[in-house]
Amino acid sequence: MSVHDSSLTSTRQNGEVSMSTTPETEKVPVFRTRDLAVYYGDFRAVRDVNVDINGQEITAFIGPSGCGKSTVLRCFDRMNDLIVGARVEGKVEYHGIDLYDKDVDAVEVRRRVGMVFQKPNPFPKSIYDNLAFGPRLNGVKKKGELDAIVESSLKRAALWDEVKDRLKASAMGLSGGQQQRLCIARCIAVEPDVILMDEPCSALDPIATARIEDLMQEIKRDFTIIIVTHNMQQAARVSDRTAFFTTEVNPESDRRTGVLVEFDFTEKIFSNPGDERTEAYVTGRFG
Amino acid sequence: MSLTTPDRFGAQSANEVTVRLTSSSRDVKGRAVEWTLLSTLLISLLILVALIVNLVDRAWPILSGRLGDFLSSGIDASSAADAGVWQAIRGTLILSVIVAVVAFPLGIACAVYLEEYAGKSKVAGLIRINVRNLAGVPSIVYGILGLTIFVKFAGGLTGGRTVISGGLALSVLVLPVVIITASEALRAVPRSIREGALGVGATQWETVRSHVLPSAAPGILTGTVLALSRAAGEAAPILLVGAVTGLLRTGNQSLWTQITDGGFTSMPVAIFSYARQTGADFQAVTGAASLILLILVILINGLAIWLRNRFERSW
Amino acid sequence: MAHATGQWQTTDLKLSSDRRRSDTRMRWLFTAAALTTLVVTLLIIFILFRDAWSYFVEVPKADLWTLGWFPRRGYFDVKTLVVGTLMVTGIAMLIAVPLGLGVAIYLSEFARPRVRKFLKPIIEILAGIPSVVLGYFAISFINPNIITALVGGANKAFNIAAAGVAVGILTVPIIASVTEDALRAVPLSLREASYGLGARRVPTVFRVVLPASISGVVAALILGISRAIGETMVVAIAAGAVGGGLFSTDPFKPGQTMTAAMAALGFGSDQVAGDGLAFQSLFFIGFLLFVFTLLLNLLGDRLVRRVREEY
Repeated sequence: MSVHDSSLTSTRQNGEVSMSTTPETEKVPVFRTRDLAVYYGDFRAVRDVNVDINGQEITAFIGPSGCGKSTVLRCFDRMNDLIVGARVEGKVEYHGIDLYDKDVDAVEVRRRVGMVFQKPNPFPKSIYDNLAFGPRLNGVKKKGELDAIVESSLKRAALWDEVKDRLKASAMGLSGGQQQRLCIARCIAVEPDVILMDEPCSALDPIATARIEDLMQEIKRDFTIIIVTHNMQQAARVSDRTAFFTTEVNPESDRRTGVLVEFDFTEKIFSNPGDERTEAYVTGRFG
Repeated sequence: MSLTTPDRFGAQSANEVTVRLTSSSRDVKGRAVEWTLLSTLLISLLILVALIVNLVDRAWPILSGRLGDFLSSGIDASSAADAGVWQAIRGTLILSVIVAVVAFPLGIACAVYLEEYAGKSKVAGLIRINVRNLAGVPSIVYGILGLTIFVKFAGGLTGGRTVISGGLALSVLVLPVVIITASEALRAVPRSIREGALGVGATQWETVRSHVLPSAAPGILTGTVLALSRAAGEAAPILLVGAVTGLLRTGNQSLWTQITDGGFTSMPVAIFSYARQTGADFQAVTGAASLILLILVILINGLAIWLRNRFERSW
Repeated sequence: MAHATGQWQTTDLKLSSDRRRSDTRMRWLFTAAALTTLVVTLLIIFILFRDAWSYFVEVPKADLWTLGWFPRRGYFDVKTLVVGTLMVTGIAMLIAVPLGLGVAIYLSEFARPRVRKFLKPIIEILAGIPSVVLGYFAISFINPNIITALVGGANKAFNIAAAGVAVGILTVPIIASVTEDALRAVPLSLREASYGLGARRVPTVFRVVLPASISGVVAALILGISRAIGETMVVAIAAGAVGGGLFSTDPFKPGQTMTAAMAALGFGSDQVAGDGLAFQSLFFIGFLLFVFTLLLNLLGDRLVRRVREEY
């Protein structure tokens, strides 16, 4: 079903993909899931997900509505914990550690695994306070240090030049695209190593979208990025690997369960997919 | 059977439609109903006006004659000429402070539990139903509670029939109101704000403290002011706890002693006391006291409404 | 990155203990606050029941069905109080239901937004009037100018009817606001369906919107009744019955209700010190009152929630 090999890394240069192998004593993937399934009460929303997410790559989850892509994404930062009745089965490993181990604190996980949401959600506070919130929680108190973190986060999110003169202004006054970049900067400010993005551009216009896609390419050097998108072209443009999900109708209950169909290098998924369902989706025969 | 519409139907319905469209201004029955409904609102307004006019009319001798004296005299149910509301006003103020100090934090904390921590669990459902019921319990029952617990059982701590016991009884009375309004204010804060905070690695308390409570503050404030206005108008619990209705001598005791040890009264209690007195001269006293309390309550409610409008956020 | 090389440990994903402890502590604080509300209810039930039971056990049962309610003389005719309460509540509802429903329907279905903004405060102010002020209004205005003007034989100082009217005024806001919520909960699409068929506003309101919100309207009435039953100060001031009351079904005479009887026992003319039977009757009546209003509130609450769920 899915083809992945943690000893393979791909690099993109000038549109060409070259493969190199690393020795066997190797890199543990950032995330590894084994037979992951998520239940809401009795309803199984998604099943049998097996993926390896590698560091410094952008992985895209694509598929039709209701196939569980966001649900799976939210497993990686334990946001599903917040939903009453949600249950995760199977294994999710983060740098080799069981993410759902009882000794693992979800709050710490969420610092390291940041999330950007579909609708930008800046706090109704100043731009400065939006960014300083996370670092302050982690014990950074001195104004000098906070200033530095705010500036560097905004620079890395390509927002500094636009807001450097009005850091005390309300974040709600920014445009949609700016707000989303603010949210990305807010994640960056707590020095995560993964950034999850749940359809981050679906509420934005094409120009703002393009800027965020460029941003993603810049920051992928420092962060592992997983993006859920139902814009296939976006997935083809930005990601290194792509996972295609679809829904299956459960004959007894007539409800749809999400399932992972194929997971491979983006090039392969879009040019020569292994599964016919993948092919049907990416060629637009169904959506 | 043909499915076409015969001509005569076509003509008829065209006619009817024309009639309907052109005669809407002559919908007599509808207008009559609308005016009847409006009249209920006008009757309510009339009642309010009658109330105020009646109070002013009764209170006139005092309002025009000895208002200053009235406001500075103590409660005295035996002599209308000496009767005043100064102690009652002070009692109401102290009671309000106690209610603010006790009921608000407790009520807001309970609301935070219900909205932020307990969600849809069974315990939360039970507590919610319980709070809604407590909101409908007759106020005199809270008086019994106050008498038994705060005056008798905890008499050592509260000093017995003191303004502290009264304040505590009132706090329990308005607690459900605070909880319900604070819950609504918390629920109005969009989920996305909480997700944003949790998403960068904040604990639940950190999220509530830094984002949810500040956002909900205006709504909570409005609710607590309304609760205060409710507490200011209550008499039954205070009377059961032992408010003084006749004559309250405080002599030269310090404020602290008076609070912890002495008798007390409040505006609604004073009104009750004066209303009971037969004698035409007490009419003015009761009327004046009622007017003052009414103005006080309207001002507090007005403050709440102003706060609500000023800080109204559109998400 | 925290770990460029080497294995990650579970302990890497632990939260700073300060923050974790602080979070746990606050959680317990909030839980405790919520539990106090349960404690309050339990206390009320316990306090009322304890003395109510002891009273009920001790009281000579014949004294519970006698000529009237004179607690200090040992006459504990409960039906006097219940009938008195029913009369006051009945008269109150006669006033409050038409006014409350009418106001709600007008504000929700007919008033233009600007008009609504002006008129709604009337009800909000009405809701804020302290009950002692309305009690005084009853004896100072309602009784002389309305009741005795209309009914010659009415008691000129105190009677049930005057108290009932005042309690009615007090109940209008709660009926109005719950009904208005119920009406506004009816979705626009239902109204549009009716207008689309050519119906005018009045038939739409009375044949479509009201029936759709009927459980909310019933809830409003139930909550209104509960409020009227529990009103104390108005009846304490305006219904008379100083020193007890004979059994009576005449609303134009002074009368005694459950709450007025409690008021008299607690701080009025029947005030007794000590724990005698008379004083304990306060708890007995209180217990009955608590149970009545509890049942009514539970019922009203269930109906309100059903309205919310339906839409």
